[in-house]
Amino acid sequence: MLRFDLKNIVLCLSLTVFLSACGQKSNDTHIIKIGSASPLTGAQAHIGIDIRNGVELAIEAVNQTGLRLADKPVKLELAAEDDEANATKATTVAQKLVDAKVVGVVGHFNSGASIPASKIYADAGIPQISPASTNPDYTLKGYKTTFRVVAHDGQQGPALAHFALDQLHAHAIAIIDDSTSYGQGLADNFEATVTAAGAKVVAREHTTDKDTDFKAILTKIKGKNADLIMFGGIDPQAGPMKKQMVELGIKAALMGGDGMQTPNFIKLAGSAAEGSFASIPGLPKEKMPGGPAFLTQYQAKYKTEVQLFAPMGYDAVMVLVEAMKRANSSDPAKYLPEIKKTQYQGIIGPIAFDEKGDLVNGPITIYQVKSGQWVALENSKSPVPETNPTPAASPDKSKK
Amino acid sequence: MDIFLQQMVNGLLLGSIYALVALGYTMVYGILGLINFAHGDIVMVGAMVTLSTIGVLEGHLPIGVILLVACLVAIVVCVLMGLLLERVAYRPLRHAPRLAPLITAIGVSLLIQYSAALIWGKQYIALPELFKPSQYVWAGVEINALQIFIFVLALLIMASLALFVKHTRLGRAMQATEQNADSATLMGVNTTGVIALTFAIGAAIGAVAGVMIDLYYGQAHYFMGFLLGLKAFTAAVLGGIGHIGGAMLGGLLLGVIESLSAGYIGDLTGGLFGSNYRDVFTFFVLIGVLMLRPSGLLGRATTERA
Repeated sequence: MLRFDLKNIVLCLSLTVFLSACGQKSNDTHIIKIGSASPLTGAQAHIGIDIRNGVELAIEAVNQTGLRLADKPVKLELAAEDDEANATKATTVAQKLVDAKVVGVVGHFNSGASIPASKIYADAGIPQISPASTNPDYTLKGYKTTFRVVAHDGQQGPALAHFALDQLHAHAIAIIDDSTSYGQGLADNFEATVTAAGAKVVAREHTTDKDTDFKAILTKIKGKNADLIMFGGIDPQAGPMKKQMVELGIKAALMGGDGMQTPNFIKLAGSAAEGSFASIPGLPKEKMPGGPAFLTQYQAKYKTEVQLFAPMGYDAVMVLVEAMKRANSSDPAKYLPEIKKTQYQGIIGPIAFDEKGDLVNGPITIYQVKSGQWVALENSKSPVPETNPTPAASPDKSKK
Repeated sequence: MDIFLQQMVNGLLLGSIYALVALGYTMVYGILGLINFAHGDIVMVGAMVTLSTIGVLEGHLPIGVILLVACLVAIVVCVLMGLLLERVAYRPLRHAPRLAPLITAIGVSLLIQYSAALIWGKQYIALPELFKPSQYVWAGVEINALQIFIFVLALLIMASLALFVKHTRLGRAMQATEQNADSATLMGVNTTGVIALTFAIGAAIGAVAGVMIDLYYGQAHYFMGFLLGLKAFTAAVLGGIGHIGGAMLGGLLLGVIESLSAGYIGDLTGGLFGSNYRDVFTFFVLIGVLMLRPSGLLGRATTERA
């Protein structure tokens, strides 16, 4: 009798252990990885790190509230990679993220990186949301996995052009680009709109993203009496360019895209920066619906200011997570169709995608340097919502 | 016309910086037959050290003093680097096959670049706006006091180097070493010392070029030495490598050619080639010159090194 009981007890005990083990297993947190790819070193590191920080903040926020998919708790984990703003490195990093079994990627920053990487994510069926790449080509590859939460140059270029014509009343415009897929794409779209509106492009010049001497080009432009110079490129070139414009006594204003709208531009150009114009896809960070709260939260954690795209990085993660919730799965194959249906109120405003994966009605804001600060001028809603963007005719190696 | 003059001024200014850097290449080549590919990176270090020094001193001293101190610090750092390079990387290879020191030079160049990236980071570093140079307009040409200062200083440095090499004892020792190192040793010239001196002078001039680039462009970057070195090396070859006057002529000429080609290629070819073909055109000129005069504009055809 006693022996029998003991046997029973042992049986019961082992059963309990077994069951509790099972229970633990079913309660075990499922860990999924979200990839973040941007330049974390190099001349653009400040912008790339900003994006990664935004992604990290979003992941922490999701983990804090607790995410449950298919009745299991899910914990998000950040897999951040450095693409060095380099097309070749971007594809390596993309493959690395795919191999690490990330369920979604927020990245990349540079169009020249996002575009070649998009094929790798598309082949693996992993959703990619770029927080910052504005080259129209990015979403024109026909991939179902490619999205972005910024307006593209097809929208930014025309917005700048309309501002130049309507507000600045520019008649003779000179255009310079840095021969990258971003810079040339932006400049081409700008040129197409101003030419269509009947303004005169007096010079179309090219430099590179390594150059620091633009005097020859600028002198030539001076000889053509341009009243506005538009530059498609980023701050390390735009800064010295504006400085040399002043040195050459060129009175025309300099205008550029988001690559130039950085504190670094003002630092590099010094007092010459005064009066320059630049556009940024999206609203000013202070004016974003969720802006002020986000800026405080960011400042508290990273002890530095938001550069540019951290809010987009944050929202990109949220878009992924919301889609997962609706699909009740973190399997890319299952939740990818849900991303298309996104209707999300993010920090940057309402987020919805068109059939190409572009942000619908992405706002564009024009800024001007006034007493050493970028000041938002107006919120020019993308004036031509869905024209066919001119694909950049760039011989860039990133576009194969 | 004023646009043409402005392009000439742009070219001469750019060219004077090329010329200073080219001197470093040509002097070392003249004496050792070695192309010191790390020279462009020494210029970069000069520019970086200057920015750091200015960053530390800014606001504590008058601007003139800050610039002078920054320049001196840059010269000292670059000279020490030049001497160290010569001692550690090149001297042990002096009697090795010619390829060995060449490959070493490329290795040293990469080492300096990436060390600089570690120290100063990979971002563009901006020079704080220290002063506003007064601007002059003359016959439609815009030029400021700083640019005139840079140009005059570059010419002064070149002239004093030419005088030094021609008229001092040490200068003559350099010439003797260049002509035949073994004979020079037999004549009592301390060739090892002369070679070290050559590296030191080249590095010091490079440091000054670095300061000038800081002041002229207002920024520095760890990779800037590469393209600059390539252009300066081209200038040295154009003028006749190994020839000090040639480096000066080649530098100024290269600057002017670049400036004019960027300014006029587009219009002359009816928009077929844009300003982005500047470098293509520049190297076209180089190839043309080398086909007609293989030893460069001022180079001696007899220069045949062991």
